[in-house]
Amino acid sequence: MKDYQRLSEVRDDIQSGALNLDDLVNHYLQRIKAEAHLNAFIEVFAEEARAAAAPIQQKLLNGTAGKLAGMVIGIKDIICYKGHGIAVGSKILENYKSIYSATVVERLLAEDAIIIGRLNCDEFAMGGSNENSYFGPVKNYADNTKVPGGSSGGSAVAVQAGLCLASLGTDTGGSVRQPAAFCGVVGVKPTYGRVSRHGVVAYASSFDQVGPIANSVEDAALILEVIAGADEFDSTVSSQAVPAYSEKLKFEGKKRIAYLPEVLESAGLDPEVKAMTENAIERLRADGHTVEPISFPYLEYVVPTYYILTMAESSSNLARYDGVHYGYRSPNATDLESTYKKSRSEGFGAEVKRRIMLGTFVLSAGYYDAYYAKAQKVRNIIRSKTEEILKDHDFILLPTTPTPAFGLGEKISDPLTMYLADIFTVQASLAGIPAISIPAGNNSAGLPLGLQFITKRFGETELLAFSKYYLELFASQPVVSY
Amino acid sequence: MKISDRATDKYELVVGLEVHAQLATNSKIFSSDSASFGAGPNQNTSPVSLGLPGSLPKINRKVVEYAVKLGLATNCRINLENRFDRKNYFYADLPKGYQITQDQLPICKDGHITIRTKSGERTVRLNRIHMEEDAGKSMHDKHNSSSLIDLNRAGVPLVEIVSEPDLRSAEEAAAYLTEIRKIVRYLGICDGNMEEGSLRCDANISVRLKGAESFGNRCEVKNLNSIRNLQRAISYEYERQVKLIEAGETISQNTLNFDAASGVTSVLRSKEMAYDYRYFPEPDLQPLHLSKEWVEELLKSLPELPEQRANRYVTNYALSAYDAGLLTSEKAIADFFEKVIQHTSNFKAAANWVVGPIQSYLNEQGSDISALQVSAQSVARIISLIDEGKINFSAASQQLFPALVQNPERDITDLIAEMNLSIDTNSDELVKFIDEAISQYPDKVAEFNKGKKGVLGLFMGEVMRLSKGKIDPKTANKLVVEKLESLK
Repeated sequence: MKDYQRLSEVRDDIQSGALNLDDLVNHYLQRIKAEAHLNAFIEVFAEEARAAAAPIQQKLLNGTAGKLAGMVIGIKDIICYKGHGIAVGSKILENYKSIYSATVVERLLAEDAIIIGRLNCDEFAMGGSNENSYFGPVKNYADNTKVPGGSSGGSAVAVQAGLCLASLGTDTGGSVRQPAAFCGVVGVKPTYGRVSRHGVVAYASSFDQVGPIANSVEDAALILEVIAGADEFDSTVSSQAVPAYSEKLKFEGKKRIAYLPEVLESAGLDPEVKAMTENAIERLRADGHTVEPISFPYLEYVVPTYYILTMAESSSNLARYDGVHYGYRSPNATDLESTYKKSRSEGFGAEVKRRIMLGTFVLSAGYYDAYYAKAQKVRNIIRSKTEEILKDHDFILLPTTPTPAFGLGEKISDPLTMYLADIFTVQASLAGIPAISIPAGNNSAGLPLGLQFITKRFGETELLAFSKYYLELFASQPVVSY
Repeated sequence: MKISDRATDKYELVVGLEVHAQLATNSKIFSSDSASFGAGPNQNTSPVSLGLPGSLPKINRKVVEYAVKLGLATNCRINLENRFDRKNYFYADLPKGYQITQDQLPICKDGHITIRTKSGERTVRLNRIHMEEDAGKSMHDKHNSSSLIDLNRAGVPLVEIVSEPDLRSAEEAAAYLTEIRKIVRYLGICDGNMEEGSLRCDANISVRLKGAESFGNRCEVKNLNSIRNLQRAISYEYERQVKLIEAGETISQNTLNFDAASGVTSVLRSKEMAYDYRYFPEPDLQPLHLSKEWVEELLKSLPELPEQRANRYVTNYALSAYDAGLLTSEKAIADFFEKVIQHTSNFKAAANWVVGPIQSYLNEQGSDISALQVSAQSVARIISLIDEGKINFSAASQQLFPALVQNPERDITDLIAEMNLSIDTNSDELVKFIDEAISQYPDKVAEFNKGKKGVLGLFMGEVMRLSKGKIDPKTANKLVVEKLESLK
């Protein structure tokens, strides 16, 4: 079986009779089995996926198929799918089944996507290495001793390893972009309010966004145009019309791009990542774009601000997992209070408990102003300063991560170092603006590196078109290693 | 545990109330689940009410409309920019582990209402009115080893009306709560039923030396489920707190429970055990932006409120403030009164009939005015017949009205004839009754002649008794006086 990289290739082969969708589904199911050690999937919906293939194949041949017909997709184990399990990588929801589907799932299915399974992730999307999953860590397909990134580690590896064509992840502070970078695939974090969160289990409500992971910008654009848009169930979604991103990928003209000198000078920046970024700056300049340094003296505040706010929100969002109504209830509980204490102590993992406790602390009487309220103020400053840069510039360019994929177990015992790995992704999250990570070659050890572009609110059309252009520019003179 | 009058003179009671009113919307505040009462356990639920993973709230516009109407009716400033916050605490009937409420920017601020008590009219300031969701219900007595939880009520819309500590007696607190109940019923936003919990009240109670500027430590008494229990709890707390202070102790700032059976308060939570609710802005809901035009439209659409209506009755119909207050205590009663006066210009008599015989009849039957079969027109007709001297008030109220209730379709004149209630215009017979009454009490006749006019009532009563109420009291009165004068 051909290694399909784009939906258009699948569609062409089905139309020409060279490919049967049923065979494609079986191919992915075999790949999942063969690469089971990667631990990308928590559950495979094998029978359902097989059953869905024939009718969709027929629709394709009849010309009545939806936009995503032929796409075999995996969803992060944080997105509700009616009648299916959803554990959010946690023991506390290990045997929980959703009674309803997320809006994004409804929209995928309405356009004839085939959902092949749910993908491993850090527990409640808290983590940058996928090592915080109750179902065990996911391994990077490029190097099995390395992490895939997180929290959407399973989503990135599934696409990287060809276990499905594309996937959905969620991005709160980089959880789509960072694993996409570590795995050498395309990951998009849309504008906050672009995609409905209805049926997406909340980590930090004012940050969370569902985003596509794919091998190509084209497929990511197509998925985004399907899942985005107003939703009666989520009042934080914008009613702005959704452009047909996939049809507007032709890029023309010269752009003004900012890069942040503080990023290139930051202490933890890997030399090869730095070289990759400088290489991108040079290429773009050489192709006639204006690329200039714009100072952003707030870089050191982005990580603490992000963590204070997301921990605060998560401490409240995760209160519902209390052993009373659904999910794990400790067999050792004897009354209401011990039901809470024991179910939550036994049901949540260490990182989740750490964030709940810190989040509870920053919202407590006497500390609220010093932490939560101040972090909100800093968030507003970061947002307005970032928007200011984007008034004069079409994009901000920066590496997705300060380093390539790190080793499994390398940072897990040092949460602060782990948090600092989010330094380049949380700026767009704090500002609520769209960002993309695209593959920009490998380092000398063969590990993928990701380049990130950020743009203004609802600037996805330009962002996607420019990213596709950059990938083509890069492919014309690929770098073997930095 | 009575305290001395001396202590009562020394200490002033200070009360502020927090009243929760369940809004009479069809659906819940943040979902399309039915908000109705009485469905089977957990029937009115969905992922939102159940707090399932991934569910999100969505504001019901009707709730905002009702809250604004209440704010306008209570002279509040409407915050065009307001927002929801989360109040975090764990309880079994709170499925999300937090309640969505309004903390920092409530929808209504700084209002006031007027209350009337024996001691006169007073203005009570409102601090705020905010919107929030109700919790579910825990039932601890339905199963031998477990508590059962019904989430039908979870997400039912509430407004919380918070007064300033302006109330100075149990009577004032009762008058305030009565007024709030009247207002929500007039607006049609809440049925005001305290027994079913549609209207609930917590009281913040403290005492201080009369003339003191600062407040004493306050106790919050929870879940007062009737106006009577509110008064009992306040009276109990006043005495308890005064006694403690007189004994040289300080009041602990506790949350208390009032036991209606014993009439005693007990500690629910001490200050040290008070929850830290960790309020913060609800990120799942956008802040609300209300347009000035919309609020102005709502202001125009407000119905006439009880206070305005009572004032109109005093001005236009020359009723006493007391009668006007009684008439407007329930919107349906006032509406009935207004129907009666469409058919008679004797406003005073119409008011007397509505708050008198009709109200007592309804009270006896335990029914309400909407169930009354007798038409307003019939009541007006009875009033005219009395005015025309065809029937007297006591016969009309005690005999004719109950008969009419039983046979609302019967013609009034026929009933009067059939029941033999018309005033006897035969003066021979009347003279006979008067002679008989006067002959029974020669000593009273002597007293009258000595100038004791008060005995006249005795003779009148006797004449009425003998005539079985069928005489015109005015004529009878005149004839009795003439007869007595003639005996001098």
